[in-house]
Amino acid sequence: MACSATAKILQPLSIRSAEKSQSCSKMLSPSSFLGSTPLPKKLFSVNKTISPLARRSATIVAVSSDVVKEKKLKSTQNLLITKEEGLVLYEDMYLGRAFEDMCAQMYYRGKMFGFVHLYNGQEAVSTGFIKLLKKEDCVVSTYRDHVHALSKGVPARQVMSELFGKTTGCCRGQGGSMHMFSKEHNVLGGFAFIGEGIPVATGAAFTSKYKREVFKEDCDEVTLAFFGDGTCNNGQFFECLNMATLWKLPIVFVVENNLWAIGMSHLRSTSDPQIWKKGPAFGMPGVHVDGMDVLKVREVAKEAVSRARRGEGPTLVECETYRFRGHSLADPDELRDPAEKAHYATRDPITALKKYVIENKLASEAELKAIEKKIDEEVEEAVEFADKSPVPERSQLLENVFADPKGFGIGPDGKYRCEDPKFTQGTAQV
Amino acid sequence: MLGVIRRRVACKGNPALNLEQGIRVIASRAFSSTAKEMTVRDALNSALDEEMSADPKVFLMGEEVGEYQGAYKITKGLLDKYGPERVVDTPITEAGFAGIGVGAAYYGLRPVIEFMTFNFSMQAIDHIINSAAKSNYMSAGQISVPIVFRGPNGAAAGVGAQHSQCYAAWFGACPGLKVLVPYSAEDARGLLKAAIRDPDPVVFLENELLYGESFPVSAEVLDSSFCLPIGKAKIEREGKDVTITTFSKMVGYALQAAEILANEGISAEVINLRSIRPLDRSTINASVRKTNRLVTVEEGFPQHGVGAEICASVVEESFGYLDAPVERISGADVPMPYAANLERLAVPQVDDIVRAVKRACYRSSSLAATA
Repeated sequence: MACSATAKILQPLSIRSAEKSQSCSKMLSPSSFLGSTPLPKKLFSVNKTISPLARRSATIVAVSSDVVKEKKLKSTQNLLITKEEGLVLYEDMYLGRAFEDMCAQMYYRGKMFGFVHLYNGQEAVSTGFIKLLKKEDCVVSTYRDHVHALSKGVPARQVMSELFGKTTGCCRGQGGSMHMFSKEHNVLGGFAFIGEGIPVATGAAFTSKYKREVFKEDCDEVTLAFFGDGTCNNGQFFECLNMATLWKLPIVFVVENNLWAIGMSHLRSTSDPQIWKKGPAFGMPGVHVDGMDVLKVREVAKEAVSRARRGEGPTLVECETYRFRGHSLADPDELRDPAEKAHYATRDPITALKKYVIENKLASEAELKAIEKKIDEEVEEAVEFADKSPVPERSQLLENVFADPKGFGIGPDGKYRCEDPKFTQGTAQV
Repeated sequence: MLGVIRRRVACKGNPALNLEQGIRVIASRAFSSTAKEMTVRDALNSALDEEMSADPKVFLMGEEVGEYQGAYKITKGLLDKYGPERVVDTPITEAGFAGIGVGAAYYGLRPVIEFMTFNFSMQAIDHIINSAAKSNYMSAGQISVPIVFRGPNGAAAGVGAQHSQCYAAWFGACPGLKVLVPYSAEDARGLLKAAIRDPDPVVFLENELLYGESFPVSAEVLDSSFCLPIGKAKIEREGKDVTITTFSKMVGYALQAAEILANEGISAEVINLRSIRPLDRSTINASVRKTNRLVTVEEGFPQHGVGAEICASVVEESFGYLDAPVERISGADVPMPYAANLERLAVPQVDDIVRAVKRACYRSSSLAATA
């Protein structure tokens, strides 16, 4: 994020504010966002002297894309995405939506149980950020993690099986809705405690930096930490903002500010509701972006992720978004004003992207319908797969508590002690 | 008076060890004339040093581990040797840096996180239990967490209620954690190396008052590939009349008590547990089946303590072999007081152990046992 000295203060976050009020804030020149090419990967030399951390002035950057709202037909050079990218984004968001809607159906039919937290309405944030990552980059999330796992590449059938509690799930049915882990796709959870994922994400970013400095590898892996507005009042959040800036870790803190923490409104619980301001307090740039517009999110994400890859340190991105359903499927959702819900329903990110793609002639209605049909079939197939999968066997109860089979540790030869035929039942002495 | 004896004994190293005549041949190597002595502090430092040099993925993180050379000087010299990328001084953020350690372990490194005392681990206990201990299970084996949380545990001298709690029982209750409690220098070296090499989260509970004590170490212990198995207890002193199970600092007290009892004709077997989770039930039960009496000793609070678990295990598995009710000695059921005389009353002392053993052997004069 460029540091511009003359930052303009945004209006206090008001629920019913029209979109226009945010677009009047200071904008960066288009060249740093539009059609940004990824910067070449640099080799980081260990002898690089790190200058004393200067406190950066408050930077607000709201992305300049007015394209969605203002219906200006531009030539393709000025568009933010190509056709392929547009279709990828559309497919990913539609997958998130279709999957979550199917989860709701399955829950009410009794196939899913426990706590299920759905992501409807927030798809732009997940797609906008995660589709920019490589496979080695990490994503850490909270309990609202189905769509983060899907965007990162975990197959829909594995996520659905996990939710049904079947042994073919991504965690063999042992994790559940709130604990999606995938080593292959570097999804490091799925945490039920809000704020718990933030230090874990900071640790993964610490590992990237460690690999560069100690192993001298050319490692530019980035970590994204997703969490909500309620988490921004938690101590661990601030501890990690401090340490991430202190050690210049390659992490992006993505706040999905959907204005509600179960039934606690963000405005009722936070002394200063503008979360992006908390970044500059610790010396990192804080950005506010419209989280219902995937293109805006993507532009901000590109800048934040490439900043982290270059080794310039963390960024705090506040995405103003909204969840169309309640906090979880058990939440009656009585406290939210129907007018507010209606307002945000008009800003559905999937409809907005569809409109953009069609109006800018990036793809036809038929192509988008084909994608929708394909996704619907994929989700149906995932449900069938999950239905037919077996439940875990009884013996699975006691498995996987330790990585080490009997818990006796590793011997001097580097192998598990319990596999050593000479390891007797006598007490161990020297 | 007992306090005076205790201090004198502590300075000389533990003479009770000299009496382990009944122990198998292997141990007698420790008492050859060329036996070296090593403090627990040096043992821990050397273990960390060797493991860090053997594996570049191992790194230390904690408050004052670097420039201050360690709050209790355990990590002395490591910053100079390995640099600030591998010996990381943190701000005062237990929850934050414990979580960072867990995240680093998820993603491939082997952190050793130091808590200045385990009382501070309560600020980070969410990460120890929820994101470290449970992760291998929740992810069905995909993500293992090769992390070590270490630091001093239990009462020191006059540090008050918030710095004196023993956490062995709390951490020992959690599946997914390994909990180790070293006593001697050999335990400290062997168990810390085993913990660092281990692919699972390990809570390594040291004891501040033991850091300065010296113990004899054999050449095998000093070897850089030496490591002890996790989940195996050690019989420090063999006996035939009563089994005393204990861990950490209380091992020293139990050995002194065994000396006193030997003079009165009671032969006590002292078991150094070394590992609270997994607990070495087979050794304990085998010993109780031999001696038929059990006394458990620990420093922590009595309710739901380690002794409670051992008693339950023995009653479940060796009930027919017991000749007397099991005796359980623990710290007093109060937060640790500050005044020196009250503190002495709140922690088990050698004569408490002697009296309990006599009760178990039906040799005490009165049935009412007062502390």
